[in-house]
Amino acid sequence: MSLTTIGEIVRGNAEFFPPYLYEAYQSTRRRAPSLPLVEVPITISELTGPGPAISNITPEDADLTRNAGTGGEAIGQRIIVTGRVIDDNGNPIPRMLLEIWQANASGRYIHKRDQWPGPLDPNFLGMGRCLTDEAGQYRFLTIRPGAYPWKNHPNAWRPAHIHFSVFGPTMLSRLVTQMYFPGDPLHQLDPIMSSIPTEAARKRLIAEYDHTVTEPEWALGYRWDIVLRGSAGTPFEPYGESK
Amino acid sequence: MTRLPLTGSQTVGPFFAPALLRPGAVRQIMVGETTKGERIRVEGRVVDGDGAPVPDALVEIWQANAAGRYNHPADAGPAPLDPSFVGFGRSGTVEDGRFWFETIKPGMVRFDAERLQAPHICVTVFARGLLNHVVTRLYFEDEIGNSDDPVLGCVPEERRNTLIASREEQGDAIVYRFNVVLQGAGETAFFQL
Repeated sequence: MSLTTIGEIVRGNAEFFPPYLYEAYQSTRRRAPSLPLVEVPITISELTGPGPAISNITPEDADLTRNAGTGGEAIGQRIIVTGRVIDDNGNPIPRMLLEIWQANASGRYIHKRDQWPGPLDPNFLGMGRCLTDEAGQYRFLTIRPGAYPWKNHPNAWRPAHIHFSVFGPTMLSRLVTQMYFPGDPLHQLDPIMSSIPTEAARKRLIAEYDHTVTEPEWALGYRWDIVLRGSAGTPFEPYGESK
Repeated sequence: MTRLPLTGSQTVGPFFAPALLRPGAVRQIMVGETTKGERIRVEGRVVDGDGAPVPDALVEIWQANAAGRYNHPADAGPAPLDPSFVGFGRSGTVEDGRFWFETIKPGMVRFDAERLQAPHICVTVFARGLLNHVVTRLYFEDEIGNSDDPVLGCVPEERRNTLIASREEQGDAIVYRFNVVLQGAGETAFFQL
């Protein structure tokens, strides 16, 4: 990326998390908070959160290649995306909801604000959800999303990515992020990915190709682990045995 | 011990609605017939640094039930759970930046062994242009406990009003109005959490 103004206001660890203001990503300019964040104590309100309760009542829907309800299969390179959700002490986060969304193989979302002329696929909704198992493992079957143009700057293209939303056990662990694919030349041109402050932290948003996940004559395998903020060292022990 | 590096945050982007606001994922009506507590509507707008509405934000809330108990294994009571109340809400915003929830007023929850917190709702906002979500709280203007609340007390006095929802009666309905100003004049006090 060319030089850009990078704000100093960061929520969370500034080694891993982007600043609110990152001018090369134009939408941050009028939406980034400009006043210092308020330091507050962590209370029972933050050491709880909707993750466990919501995960108990949300059905899985982890096959994006067939969940459009048409009876047909989505067009594109079939892929398996799997990995572990763990906290920063390495503990797996079991029975936890992940929600994902993505463009189709041509780079088009089903959304009224996405009007670029990439073709829609009637057999692909681009959304899914699953729960982690007892070891914190999740697994989606989907198709590889395409890159797509956006209007941030001339000839701007988002690298192929899958959006992930995960609650984790507490309010402190809530994370919305994007998973990228290895070897994509668009990574270094993308201001959203570049807003992550270090090379090491950016690399952790890139899945790795894993041939042991690949299934013969079926689908290519990618592995991507998610590390959420835990709550060790805080005054309560929030994540005991789940009910 | 050494902590593992965390996975960084990225913007929710403009295209989350079909996934995060699909039936079963959107949660604006948080109460059922048997939910205990005072019915309230929480309503507000998300605006940007120009005062323009943010029509593509996602607002999530988390709160205790009317007795002051969170539906979560870390809250062992003794206040009772309400089986008909989860306490999680999720709303999109529309063209004028508006979001809303139908919920109940939460009870007080503990701060430490001696002190309680004033009734409050945890508020999280995601949007295109927010590389990381913003975190704040909603307090209720008609609660006398606000003046002693240990979290609200951390907010600089001149910004405290940005966390206080105003109460309006609309017919039979009690509406608490809470606007989220992402930037500029009247900017909401956001938390380092």
